Amino acid sequence: MISRSGSGNTRFTTAMAFLVYLFLYVPIFVLILYSFNESRTNIVFEGFVNRGPCGPFYWYCQLLRNDDVLEAARNTLIIASLTTLISTTLGTMAAIALQRYGFFGKRVSEGAIYTPIVTPEIVMGIGILVFFSAVFGWINSALGLTGGNRLSMGMTTIIVSHVAFTIPFVILTVRARLVGFDPSVEEAAKDLGANEWTTFRRVTLPIIAPGVLAGAMLAFTLSLDDFIITFFTSGPGSTTLPIYVYGLLRRIVTPEVNALSTIWILSVFVLVLIYQWIERRD
Amino acid sequence: MAVDTQLQPATPAKQTWGDRLRERTGLQGFLLVSPTLLWMLLLLIIPLGLTIITSFGQRDADGNVIYTFTLENYARLLGITPEGFDPLYMRIMWRSLVLAFQTTILVILLAYPLAYFIARAPQQRRSIYLFLVLVPLWTNFIIRIYAWVMILRNQGVLNGVIGWIAGLLGMDYTPIDFYPSQGAVLVGMVYEFLPFMILPIYTSLEKIEPVLYEAAADLGANAWRTFLRVTLPLSLPGMTAGTILVFIPVIGTFVVSDILGGRQVILVGNLIQRQFLDARNPPFGSAASIILMVLTLIFTLYYTRRFGFGEEIRGG
Repeated sequence: MISRSGSGNTRFTTAMAFLVYLFLYVPIFVLILYSFNESRTNIVFEGFVNRGPCGPFYWYCQLLRNDDVLEAARNTLIIASLTTLISTTLGTMAAIALQRYGFFGKRVSEGAIYTPIVTPEIVMGIGILVFFSAVFGWINSALGLTGGNRLSMGMTTIIVSHVAFTIPFVILTVRARLVGFDPSVEEAAKDLGANEWTTFRRVTLPIIAPGVLAGAMLAFTLSLDDFIITFFTSGPGSTTLPIYVYGLLRRIVTPEVNALSTIWILSVFVLVLIYQWIERRD
Repeated sequence: MAVDTQLQPATPAKQTWGDRLRERTGLQGFLLVSPTLLWMLLLLIIPLGLTIITSFGQRDADGNVIYTFTLENYARLLGITPEGFDPLYMRIMWRSLVLAFQTTILVILLAYPLAYFIARAPQQRRSIYLFLVLVPLWTNFIIRIYAWVMILRNQGVLNGVIGWIAGLLGMDYTPIDFYPSQGAVLVGMVYEFLPFMILPIYTSLEKIEPVLYEAAADLGANAWRTFLRVTLPLSLPGMTAGTILVFIPVIGTFVVSDILGGRQVILVGNLIQRQFLDARNPPFGSAASIILMVLTLIFTLYYTRRFGFGEEIRGG
C-alpha cells in the first residue's frame, strides 16, 4: 500500500480525501447555486431566475441597489484592511523583539501576547464589552457628553478589538520565518556602513517578507471571518456583513446575500491566484 | 518549526558604546514590543480583570451592575440556590463539554485522511490542495452556517436529494426535519472548524522523513503497522495543536447552536450571551464567562502537558 519512497497516495486515501473535499465544498456550491434562485424567500430552489435586463444575474443587479448590504460589505472590508495594517506592523515589531532581543519581562510579555489564542472568543468579547462600557460611561459622565456626542461602540472599537485577537497569529507567523534567519547578513550590512533603519529596510525586511505577508493574510482572513468579537463590540452604524446576515437569519435571507458571497469567494480566489503567480515568478 | 526562545543578542563586529547600552538594558527590544503589550493590557488583561470584578457583583432592578463582593453568581452556576440544588447550569456546561469533545473527535477523523493525502501528494500540487482547504474560510462564519441551514432544512437540499433518490426507487419519502436539531449543531461545528485541524496535522506529517518509511518497510512492517508505529506517533504534535485550535472556539461559540439548534440547544456561549443582551444580568454572565475561561485553561494545560506543547501552533 505504501510505496517505499514514502510518497504517493493509494486509491483508498485519494477517495477519502475526495469525500472530505466534497464535504468542504457542497455548502459553497449550494451557496452559489441559490444566488441564481427564482424564489425570493430562497427556501426552495425553484429554478433559475431570468428577470429584467440582468437575466440570470438578477440578484447580482439587485445587490447593487441594496444599500444595507453594500454598506455592511464596505464596513467589513474597511475593518479587515485597517486591522491587517495595524496588526501586521505591531506584530512584526513584536516578533523581531521576541526573537532577537532579550529584555526585562520577556517571559511575562510572551504569556500576555499568546493568551488570546487560548481564550474563547466570547470571553474576550464580553471582557472588551464590559471594559468599553465602563470607560465610555465614565468619560461621558465626566465630560457631560450627551446625545450624538456620547462615545459609543462602533467601527473604532471593532478595529481595536480585531487587532488584539489577530496580533498573536501575526507574531507566530513572522517568528517562524525569523527562526532560520542568519544574523550575519545584518552584521555585514552594518559593517558596510548601513544604519539600523537602512539595514532593516534593505536586508531584514526583504528576507522576512514572506512571513510578514503570510501573517497579513492570516490577520485579514481572521478579521473577515470573525463574528463573535464583532458582535460584542459593534454599535449603531457599524453593521458588518456577518452582523447583517445574522439579523436576517431570523427572518428571510434573500438571494442577494448569496450573490454577495459568490462575488466575495471569487474575488478572494482571484487575489490568491495572483499572489501565487507572483510568488512563483520570483 | 520550533521557535527558538533563547536570547540571541546580535553581536556586531564593532560594538559602539550605544550598542552595548541597548543590549544590556534591552531597551530596543522592549520598545519594539511595547505597543503590542499596551494593546494586550488594554484589551485583554484589564477586560479580564473587570470581568472577574463584575462576576462578584450584583445587579439592580434596571440591570445596572452594583460592585460588591458576593459568591452568589458562582453558587448559582454550581446549582446551589436558596431553594436547594438545581443542576440547570451544570447541565449546560456538561452539554458544552460533551459537544466540544464530539466535535474534536469527528474533526480529527475527517481531517486526518485529507492531511495525509496532501502530505503524500507530489510537492508541486501540495500548495494548491492546501489552498482548497482554506477557500471555504473566506466566505464568513455566519454565511457558512447559513449554507447549512439551506442544506438541512425541511425543504432543503438534503431532503430534496433523498426525495429524488426515493422517487427513482419508487418509494415514498416524507422530508425529515434535520434542522433545527442537536445533530445539525454538531455538523455545523465540524464544518466550521475542520480546516483548523487539517493544517497543523499536515504540517507534522509533511516533516516526517521518507527514510523512516523505508526503514519500517525494510524491517518487514506492513502498511498498517507502519502507519500505527511511525506515522501516527509522529503526527501527534499536529493533532495536539489542532485540538487546541478546535476545542477552544467550539466550547465558547454561541452562533452555531443559536442558528442550527433553533434555540433548543443551549450551550455556555448562549448562556453568557443572553445574560448580557436579553436577561441584562452582566454579573451572572461574567461569572459564567470566568468559569468557561477556567475550564479552557485547565483543558489547555492538561492537554499540552500530556501531549507536549503544540509547537505547530507556535511555529505557525
